[in-house]
Amino acid sequence: MNSQNPLHTESRWRKYQKEIADDHYYYARSCIRQNFFPGSERAFLKIMREELNKDIFDDPRHTTCTGIAYHSDIVPQETTSTVIARHFALMTEMGYQNLAISCVTSFGLYTELLETWKHFPEEETKIHEMLWKATKREFVKPKNLAHSSDIFFHNREQIAAKSQFNLINQKTGESLKVVEHIGCHYAKIFPEKGVGGAEFPYVLAGMVESWGGNVVDYPERRHCCGFGFRNYLVMANRGYSVANSKKKFESMKPYEPDFIVANCPGCSMFMDRWQYTIAEMEGTTYGKNGYGIPVLTYEEMAGLVLGYNPWDLGLQMHQVSVEPLLDKMGIPYNPDEKYKVKRNVALPLKPEILMV
Amino acid sequence: MWGFNITKTRAIDFDKNNREPMMEILRLEPSIRVCIACGACTATCTSGNLTPFNIRQLNVFMQRGEYQELKKEMHKCMLCGKCTLVCPRGVNLRHLILKTREVLLNEEPLFAQN
Repeated sequence: MNSQNPLHTESRWRKYQKEIADDHYYYARSCIRQNFFPGSERAFLKIMREELNKDIFDDPRHTTCTGIAYHSDIVPQETTSTVIARHFALMTEMGYQNLAISCVTSFGLYTELLETWKHFPEEETKIHEMLWKATKREFVKPKNLAHSSDIFFHNREQIAAKSQFNLINQKTGESLKVVEHIGCHYAKIFPEKGVGGAEFPYVLAGMVESWGGNVVDYPERRHCCGFGFRNYLVMANRGYSVANSKKKFESMKPYEPDFIVANCPGCSMFMDRWQYTIAEMEGTTYGKNGYGIPVLTYEEMAGLVLGYNPWDLGLQMHQVSVEPLLDKMGIPYNPDEKYKVKRNVALPLKPEILMV
Repeated sequence: MWGFNITKTRAIDFDKNNREPMMEILRLEPSIRVCIACGACTATCTSGNLTPFNIRQLNVFMQRGEYQELKKEMHKCMLCGKCTLVCPRGVNLRHLILKTREVLLNEEPLFAQN
């Protein structure tokens, strides 16, 4: 009976929302994204400052959160906690209270740490002491913790108002079919910390819908990309890692998605690169005419919508070619500018099976 | 070259598996439909006592349409019929094995069809 009451439904849905700070962020970069898709974080800062007029501080003293080592059982929790406490201290020193985190692994880890301290205050006291002994720094816990995709979600309508291109196929006039993939550590560990929780994560779907696209609801939508830290880091386990991505590709292929968008560094990386691996190992490709399904980060998607040059966004760093998507969206690009090398360096050979 | 292989999925895709042979086996020996998977057949099985042969598992393989695994197991049965005697649901397991062999291995019927 209650489920038919709209007020009751609304109050239930409210539980799936999260508070996202509106301005003044201290930015925590991802260690691996800067290598995989270096244009994404640059685009994020540019959009935040120039399009949304937000105050965001990018601190060169910021380091890895140790998340990959932590989830691989290489670094103990105390070390991870102290490294993160140092980040809180840097934020405190710069006068910020809102943390914007680029990486889903870091986001999960920062959240885990704050939750641990909530239930075990003695652990927080211990980390205060450890940080003081190690660095003579003191910290205040952040008032608001948001993943950077949360912040774009929060400002999605402002971005839509400034859009130069929409997620619409210019030839057919139809909305692009978009697969959204949320990193597992975004809301599967602490559902109340993610927009839409673990059951209905809406952070990327909200952006896609606001910018004109259609979200594809396919059977393995909530399946992990397969990165799984040790699944990939130990070479003998990589077959399990790639099998997870393959399961997703096979599940989404019948829906003919135009592209995949992810909010996690590992997911973007592996869903992009594994398409090449699967093509080489099994001869299977998942896009049309031998191409793969392009994989974008949400900053790259926002950058394309705002009319940024695809090569300035770093789309040439992707294994799967993005040109078919750019053609569909009607975004102009110069193929000759895709790879600009200053020295006379030969480009890698093109793969034989996956079209690029 | 790679140092790893893509792990084969263990998911059972009912949309892809051919369930026609199972339907034929069920038509020939419908009593298996009342099986409650208690495992009395497996517990009493002489072959199962000496080898990993498992009659209850045969039913699972058949229901899933995994006939390759089923075929590998078929000849381990000695047709003693003890499973049929102990089945609390009255499933004619010996007859089921014979009919499964006929359908999957194209064996000649041992007895004339009714």
